[in-house]
Amino acid sequence: MGVKVIIPTPLRAYAGKQESVDLQAATVGEALSALTNRFQELKKHLYSDDGRLRSFVNVYVNDEDIRYLQKSDTPVREGDTISIVPSIAGGVTQQRKCGGTREPF
Amino acid sequence: MSGPVLKIAEDLLRRIHAHGAETYPHECCGALLGRENDGSREVADLLPLANRRDDSPRNRFKLTPDDVRLAEKTARAKALDLIGWYHSHPDAPARPSEYDRDHAWPWYSYIIVSVEKGQARDTTSWRLQDGRSAYDAEAIEIAGRSAGI
Repeated sequence: MGVKVIIPTPLRAYAGKQESVDLQAATVGEALSALTNRFQELKKHLYSDDGRLRSFVNVYVNDEDIRYLQKSDTPVREGDTISIVPSIAGGVTQQRKCGGTREPF
Repeated sequence: MSGPVLKIAEDLLRRIHAHGAETYPHECCGALLGRENDGSREVADLLPLANRRDDSPRNRFKLTPDDVRLAEKTARAKALDLIGWYHSHPDAPARPSEYDRDHAWPWYSYIIVSVEKGQARDTTSWRLQDGRSAYDAEAIEIAGRSAGI
């Protein structure tokens, strides 16, 4: 037994369809590194090209946001649970008028 | 080869349109609660949520991790899954933007409704491809009334 990482539903397809993965790690960074080494397809959905966690990806240790702890250096202990929760964001890039004239659906 | 299909009842689609009209000229947003069986995906209920982007709500929306957890909890309480999200594009096409793509995950269904001058127009749905470089259009299949969950 080590730490448990809960895999969010949209990413389970990239983690062997598992709901959670047990790992040995001393910090959050080590746990996520071990996770993405084991399931390499996960990496691009968690990290941007510069190697940072994507801005909309939030990581918690036992419900504490690691941004308010020691970020990826946050220590984890036997039995801790790491959760990955997205923020949902989007929107129009450029304001331009619709060309459509169709009725809704 | 047929692409992904999202089934949604007409009354639920009307609720999304009404939400988009209500918040116009700001973007609306909310969660899609439903089921997926053998690749067939159906919206069974909605959870309208508040757009957290106070600084630029006309062309951006944001939901916090707490909103996401609330949506997951609400889905579980109704024996449903959180299968995706909807948002509006005020006075802009119902197509995903680069900004949408940068902030998306695969698997989720992303419904976009264009709202022109306060009136809902086109509705589309999208799923991000595994490689993150593009979306697949998801066909919307309109069903009868929702089950009233």
